[in-house]
Amino acid sequence: MATITAAPTLSNEEILRYSRHLIMPEVGMDGQLRLKAGKVLCIGTGGLGAPIGMYLAAAGIGTIGLVDFDVVDQTNLQRQIIHGTKDVGRKKLDSAADRMADINPNVSLVKHEVALSSENALDIMRGYDVVVDGTDNFPTRYLVNDACVLLGIPNVYGSIFRFEGQASVFATQGGPCYRCLYPEPPPPGLVPSCAEGGVLGILPGLIGVVQATEVVKLILGKGDTLAGRLVLYDALNMKFREMRLRKSPDCPICGPHRTIHKLIDYYQFCGIPQHAEPPAPGLKEGEIEAVDVKKLIDGGHSFVLIDVREPHEYQICKIPNARLMPLGDLPRRVHELNSADEFVLHCKSGIRSAKACDFLRQAGFKKVRNMKGGILAWSDKVDPSVPKY
Amino acid sequence: MPKISIPTPLRQFVNGQDVVEVAGASAAECLDNLTAQFPDLRLHLFNDEGKLRSFVNVYVNEEDIRYLNKGETAVTDSDTLSIVPSIAGGR
Repeated sequence: MATITAAPTLSNEEILRYSRHLIMPEVGMDGQLRLKAGKVLCIGTGGLGAPIGMYLAAAGIGTIGLVDFDVVDQTNLQRQIIHGTKDVGRKKLDSAADRMADINPNVSLVKHEVALSSENALDIMRGYDVVVDGTDNFPTRYLVNDACVLLGIPNVYGSIFRFEGQASVFATQGGPCYRCLYPEPPPPGLVPSCAEGGVLGILPGLIGVVQATEVVKLILGKGDTLAGRLVLYDALNMKFREMRLRKSPDCPICGPHRTIHKLIDYYQFCGIPQHAEPPAPGLKEGEIEAVDVKKLIDGGHSFVLIDVREPHEYQICKIPNARLMPLGDLPRRVHELNSADEFVLHCKSGIRSAKACDFLRQAGFKKVRNMKGGILAWSDKVDPSVPKY
Repeated sequence: MPKISIPTPLRQFVNGQDVVEVAGASAAECLDNLTAQFPDLRLHLFNDEGKLRSFVNVYVNEEDIRYLNKGETAVTDSDTLSIVPSIAGGR
């Protein structure tokens, strides 16, 4: 890598620490000094970022930048092993940096407490040798890719869904980029996301380790990286497959007839905020507060409460007497409902049930209301014994 | 019959199957037969003009059909088609 120049030497402590690298011809003193001179930016310190950060620190990457603006919460701990139970409520940047510094105090850590945007991405990423994409949403992934292409920095990519993962290396010299693979992000609503979310906790561990491996290889200049190959991993069937990835002549950012010349902030859409935005104060038309739904039930008011979540979510928790009818089944099962009845619909946080309400209204239902904030609001305001997930 | 490997996010539209066998001598024929059998899938694979969506790739074995003969890419019984949509998770 052009930016890596003669590095300082290793201390005796470092020589001992890295001895298993040093005695290996593929790394050796020369390689370890390259790692020490290397500057790597990890975008995200979550599921993918956890193993990436820890292994890169342990491997002796000299400078590791971290980008995150989130706070550790209880639901992270099932997979984000860089953070511990004691870190719940802390900034992920602080928690991750502490863990990495504990693993290897020789690493210089740079914290970037920001949400990456078209405004700041180039400034943050400039100067790094390799960028690792451990983000969780399409807008940031396209931003990272585009900035890497514009800056000429390799982009080590990994992404996960439930028990399936993808990994590759983009934007190497002459190699394909993320837009060669997928020219545009999907429009809102077409990618199964919020409703069918979830991820096997171990999965980001494996994909993140693949990414960390590729970072180290890129810096060492050794081996055959994933540039030009897309690895698909299916944890459920324990299968790795590999697809050929070509530099697209039609690529909108790295092709010869590029149409994208600057960074784009894509619309933030469903699939991102697990940290769902707090509902705006006050009710919108067609909404009802959870406490008022409780009053209807207690008052013996005649209405049908419909839960549009998935069956496995219904198993986690439910509101008594709510009838399960998943959003995706609604078109097929709408005939089971009587449009003369009064309906209240709910889901986990109110987004899917809002869609379901729209669907029913278009189908001619007049008395349809969405329970604001979903079963999370029910747990907060009506019945705290209902667990949140 | 050729096999089509269905990615996790789309399995809900094919009764949860991870592999579906469909008749067809080209990639397009196989996909048409697949979506005829599972109409809900169509919206997720094709845009209004009937073109593959820009965030969905189809491979015959290891090769992207964009670099073969696109929809006309010939397929035999021993081939596997893979639908690979973009996924974004990472946290």
